[in-house]
Amino acid sequence: MASEVIAEIAKTFGDRFTVDIRLHMPLDPPSVLILFGPSGSGKTTILRCLAGLERPDHGVIRCGPERWFDAAAGIQMPPQQRRLGYLSQDYALFPTYSVEGNVAFGLGGLTTAERAQRVADILALLQLHGLERRKPAQLSGGQQQRVALARAIARRPRMLLLDEPLSALDAPTRLRLQGGLRHLLKQLAIPSIVVTHDWAEALALGDQMAVIGAGRVLQMGTPQEVFNRPTNADVARIVGIETALEGRVRESVEGLATVEVAGVALHALAEDGVGPDVFVCIRAEDVVLAPGSAGTTSARNQLQGRVVDISSMGALVKIGLDCGFPLSAVVTRSAVEDLHLSRGLPVTASMKAGAVHLVPRRDATPTA
Amino acid sequence: MNWIAIGVTFKLAALTAMALVVIGLPIAYWVSFLRWRWKFLIESVVALPLVLPPTVLGFYILVAIGPHSPIGRLYTDLVGHPLPFTFEGLLIASVLYSLPFAVQPFAAAFDQVDHRLIEASWTLGVSRFGTFFRLILPMSVAGVVTGFVLSFAHTLGEFGVVLMVGGNIEGVTRTVSIDIYDEVQALNYAGAAKTALFLLAVSYLILLAVYAMNRKVWAVWPQK
Repeated sequence: MASEVIAEIAKTFGDRFTVDIRLHMPLDPPSVLILFGPSGSGKTTILRCLAGLERPDHGVIRCGPERWFDAAAGIQMPPQQRRLGYLSQDYALFPTYSVEGNVAFGLGGLTTAERAQRVADILALLQLHGLERRKPAQLSGGQQQRVALARAIARRPRMLLLDEPLSALDAPTRLRLQGGLRHLLKQLAIPSIVVTHDWAEALALGDQMAVIGAGRVLQMGTPQEVFNRPTNADVARIVGIETALEGRVRESVEGLATVEVAGVALHALAEDGVGPDVFVCIRAEDVVLAPGSAGTTSARNQLQGRVVDISSMGALVKIGLDCGFPLSAVVTRSAVEDLHLSRGLPVTASMKAGAVHLVPRRDATPTA
Repeated sequence: MNWIAIGVTFKLAALTAMALVVIGLPIAYWVSFLRWRWKFLIESVVALPLVLPPTVLGFYILVAIGPHSPIGRLYTDLVGHPLPFTFEGLLIASVLYSLPFAVQPFAAAFDQVDHRLIEASWTLGVSRFGTFFRLILPMSVAGVVTGFVLSFAHTLGEFGVVLMVGGNIEGVTRTVSIDIYDEVQALNYAGAAKTALFLLAVSYLILLAVYAMNRKVWAVWPQK
């Protein structure tokens, strides 16, 4: 049997809500699995079951050869023995301990000297030196996040479970730490499961992604696959973004970046610390269609393309385009009729530079 | 003033409060953290001394530790004399009588500790025992001190239970409150007044300390 984490569990909360999922994640090579879904979809419950903080009603959880949970056999390994790094959404730093004390909290098995060395190493890795004696209340949100992460990895866990690691932060800090987290996960090479409802985070951090809706796994694949080809309307609604393409930033002038996607140049707002290798993300509802070739508008991106697919999504219609690369647009039924949209029709797709989002790609090299 | 009675009273109060830290902490932990459907039954029993007349409590304790009960017989066999009307018997009664004054502040303090912190400690590999001593207890210092001081102060002033279980033996079980009662019975109002004022002053100072300590603004670590 290959070395992997298997979680096939079900848990019902009253009669309102059931989590019923099957997840498999290889431990070797270490990868990052994203649990993506709206709040209340059961992502956190799954993570808590893996951490041993919640007991499923049915099923099994195995990590390599170890049985962590087995409902039939009545096995529930306590969280202490699972050797995990668990980061809860609010970080849960111990208020009575300093930064150092927090990071050293789980290192009871080491000698004093080893412990001091380990703490110093981890604090250096997460750029927290100089804050050793501070109490959590004296730290900024970004610093708290890094201390919590430091504490979680200090024991060299065999797996990391991160629950919305960046959601408690303001947007600029989130963007800054997202890059840091990506490099850290790569550097540590610890199998990780990251819960998020932020597509940029999912694309930036994930190797694999499971879309969770109403307590079930709706789709599993690489983040790019899932964003580009949601298997059904539920997934499409949850992930929101319909186009995620690999691109390369060519230049960045006065806050406006030019990215190349499949030989086509697109304009996007430049984000700090992003590039040159990026995912170019475009929400289908941000794409405006015009018949033939449109005149000059304020939209920075005008793409010539052809309609290749038309599929109904209730009141809206999803239009698949070929603009040299696949692009999705969502329009109303009446727009389809007014524009006489049909397969093969040449159209111009336009979107503002602000609608073209750049997300750092995971295999990209670090940028300052 | 009857300094012997004062000495007995303070010794009783101090030993009661210390015993209650040892006994009360596990009970409070249990009350605060365990999810058990019938927990309220235990909580009610712990709170009973708050509402029961001390004579009722004292009566049951007297019967329970008396020579006709299994506990009383066991104690007599082991130690050689029966429990009622001894200092040890009085101590047991005081511990039960002041139980809610220790357990409730302890449990209230434990309840204040965010459960997510406790879970974080567990996932860091720290046992429940270690989590209690390294995380929960340090965060509950104010509540533990409050419970200690309140049970101390409560024991200082107990009367009915002492009378029922301890009797009135000079230097052994005669406490300040019994002494005041005796003085009044003997129409020695001046003596009673002095002792009463002393007890009033001590009790007030103790409560002053408790309330001052529980003022949030003086908390040891910065509040967010």
